[in-house]
Amino acid sequence: MSDNTINIKMNGVAVQCGLEDTILTASKKAGIRIPTLCHDDRLEPYGGCRLCIVEVNGGMRPLPACTTPVAEGMEIRTETEDVRKIRKSVIALLLSNHPNDCMRCESTGDCTLQDLSYEYEVDGSQYEGEKCELPVRDDNPFITFEPTKCILCGRCVRICNEVVMAGTIDFNGRGFDTIPDTAFGKPRSLDNCEFCGQCVSTCPTGALTDKKARGKGRAHEMKKVRTTCSYCGTGCNFDLNVKDGEVVKVTSAYDAPVNHGNLCVKGRYGYDFIHSDERITTPLIKKGNKYIEATWDEALEYCARRFSDIIKKHGKETVGGFSSSRCSNEENFLLSKFVRTVFKTNNVDNCARV
Amino acid sequence: MAGLATSLGAGAATNSLAQMPDIDTIFLFGSNPTEAHPIVSLYLKKALKKGAKLIVGDPRKTWMAKRADVWLNLKPGSNIAMMNGLAHVILKNGWENKSFIGQRTEGFEEFKVQAAKYDLNKVVKLTGVKKEDIIEAARLYADAGKAMIVYGLGVTEHQTGTENAMAMSNLALLCGHIGRPSTGIMALRGQNNVQGASDLGPLPATLPGYQSVTSEAVRKKFGDAWNVEISSQIGKKSVEMLEEACHGKFKGIFILGEDPAQTDPNVHEVRKALKSLDFLVVQDIFHTETTKFADVILPGASFAEKDGTFTNGERRVQRIRKAVEPVAGMAEWQVICKLANYMGYPMNYNHPSEVMDEIASLVPIYGGISYDRLENETLQWPCPTKDHPGTTTMYTDIFARPGGLAKFMVLDHKGPGEVASKDFPLTLVTGRIREHYNNGSMTRRVPGIMELVPEELVEINPADAKKLNISNGDMVNISSVRGKIKARAKVTNRSQAGNVFMTFHFEDALTNILTSEHKDPITGTPEYKACAVKIEK
Repeated sequence: MSDNTINIKMNGVAVQCGLEDTILTASKKAGIRIPTLCHDDRLEPYGGCRLCIVEVNGGMRPLPACTTPVAEGMEIRTETEDVRKIRKSVIALLLSNHPNDCMRCESTGDCTLQDLSYEYEVDGSQYEGEKCELPVRDDNPFITFEPTKCILCGRCVRICNEVVMAGTIDFNGRGFDTIPDTAFGKPRSLDNCEFCGQCVSTCPTGALTDKKARGKGRAHEMKKVRTTCSYCGTGCNFDLNVKDGEVVKVTSAYDAPVNHGNLCVKGRYGYDFIHSDERITTPLIKKGNKYIEATWDEALEYCARRFSDIIKKHGKETVGGFSSSRCSNEENFLLSKFVRTVFKTNNVDNCARV
Repeated sequence: MAGLATSLGAGAATNSLAQMPDIDTIFLFGSNPTEAHPIVSLYLKKALKKGAKLIVGDPRKTWMAKRADVWLNLKPGSNIAMMNGLAHVILKNGWENKSFIGQRTEGFEEFKVQAAKYDLNKVVKLTGVKKEDIIEAARLYADAGKAMIVYGLGVTEHQTGTENAMAMSNLALLCGHIGRPSTGIMALRGQNNVQGASDLGPLPATLPGYQSVTSEAVRKKFGDAWNVEISSQIGKKSVEMLEEACHGKFKGIFILGEDPAQTDPNVHEVRKALKSLDFLVVQDIFHTETTKFADVILPGASFAEKDGTFTNGERRVQRIRKAVEPVAGMAEWQVICKLANYMGYPMNYNHPSEVMDEIASLVPIYGGISYDRLENETLQWPCPTKDHPGTTTMYTDIFARPGGLAKFMVLDHKGPGEVASKDFPLTLVTGRIREHYNNGSMTRRVPGIMELVPEELVEINPADAKKLNISNGDMVNISSVRGKIKARAKVTNRSQAGNVFMTFHFEDALTNILTSEHKDPITGTPEYKACAVKIEK
């Protein structure tokens, strides 16, 4: 055993962990799933939801996996009858103040609370009590907030303050009236919000959703295509959600090497241009003062003829190409090759080096 | 990027973004990442939370500047004086890393003589920064275990842009802050694929992979692979092609996905050039200011409509994947191939992955990269072979220059090409805001973003606003010697007295009518970051 490893047993399986590991991070290394609601790898451990409780040998009571550091010789059981019972009660309590309207909820199929209710066979009937009755808030272009669906896990508040450091939302009110909200409950605007949608990306229920994608399709109907953002040079990855040949939403790629699921307003919400009706949809050839629609063959044949004529008449050093930092590596390479092999010059450049 | 290439060997960021949280001292220069690179800013924020010290060099009071341990609020265009001044303080106090300088650099003695000329009185005068702040910044940077310079277009978009980047390298070399994890120089790239577009050869002097057209061996390698003779004559830069077009000497251009008629500075001249061409083809996804001059407009495919790769600012090659069909049936790579075939050169690929295979065979830094590997791995170049894991930290043992040593460069303050005058008393700095992007052709078509930021705003300091009798929200005329535009005023402390700030995202307020024709003579990068203007109600 080296000084930097800690040996534990989880459900009888030996696991080697590091000094920094918690029971939760160790479980991921061991491939053992512990349910969570308030945890997000992007955030500091919180220990709020109590879903991740596990039994530890010698412990007086079950311990939350997300905040408990591993210690040498720990023996942990993640699925005992007692912890399952406690998790069931926790879920039942959450559902006692929840609309339980999954059939029409935007997040159906993409909701941790729903998945856990299914897994632990809990519905909203166990406890009767007061229910939150606040109205839906969508007084901004991108983010819809349904306070009735909030389970107060604090993920939205924490990602806004810990990760983005925007300070847009925090817990307002006390006790039963607590909700994550903007200061003084003002509508989100550029005065108080960056519209990065990080809060939406971490919400484990239907409380926070992407306004533009509401009603555009269920999670299971979406084809998710992993890609790289086309705005700045950071290189964030995300999933384009495609339904019926249309990009209807962008969702976080939590395993992305650069951004780990984090995105900014442009990456997450700046996709409308793809299906804009102002896109150029057909080649256009200028005749007099007008542009005439043409087929690809007509247009490219015409381009070939005109460039060839110029080269014949004025020489190859009078033609060239500009390439774009917006285009792909392959396209830049091909344009570079094109100018060298077809125009036979080195007159090829990035338009502006910015 | 030519700056880093000259000093260190390669024009690229030296480290991984993921190393940023472990930095001890961040030296952020000419970069406003919370607006222009929000996800990079998250890494820097993480470092700050872990206790990193922060030095910010920026004429604007940005989010980061407000939280800096030292804010160097220098005059626009005084970067070299600032860097030389910091070096002066470091050398005067003996804070330099002598063993690093001795073992891994050359040109130090000449540099030392130059730095000695930049005493603090001179530097304070040139930069407008307080003496104590310069000394404290030098101490924080030199003292750090892991120090990283993070710079943006506030460094490169000056007529001395290349030299500004060299000046940053000098400072890193002086303290030995390069070649280790979380320690180096990160250049933040403005557009998604600036790095890849530089790497893969649409450049007049180099073939793909920074391989010089003047080398016979290089020309032979590409000539053999492509079955043509490669011209040994260095090509013309874009600005040169446009200049010659104005004089009727350049006749035909193919423009792939760029909008010089809006985004180039001094757009009047650019427009004149485009108008003078015999034949202009523009391929883009939207009509732009530039397509107005085209003889043929070809529809482009957006990033969601094609397979390919982008290379980000930390040299990471990443996939884009086709999610929907190209709106006009063909993506750019197919169009280029088809046009080549029409002009008698056979160019045929079934898929962009085959193009990447060809890139790997011709470009050593991409030698080990293939679509197969990118399915399961994430690779930063240099990645020379199929079993190479890629490179997170560059220059750990040698620099990519002849002899393996980095070079100190002797640099002198020149200032911006245009300074404020009696007629044009304010300095205009241009840049981005978080919500919009470049010429705005994409973000202006996002209704939610237009709801948030519908129009151009000119940011002006309260003191200047008062002098000019301008209130927040007033419509004002902004003019330079080249032209005049209108925009709404935003009175804010973010702009220092004497400086105003605008973006270039809007067609109806074409900021680049104002910006100057001065450009970096080495790279041709325009000086977007300083020009003289006046504002009137």
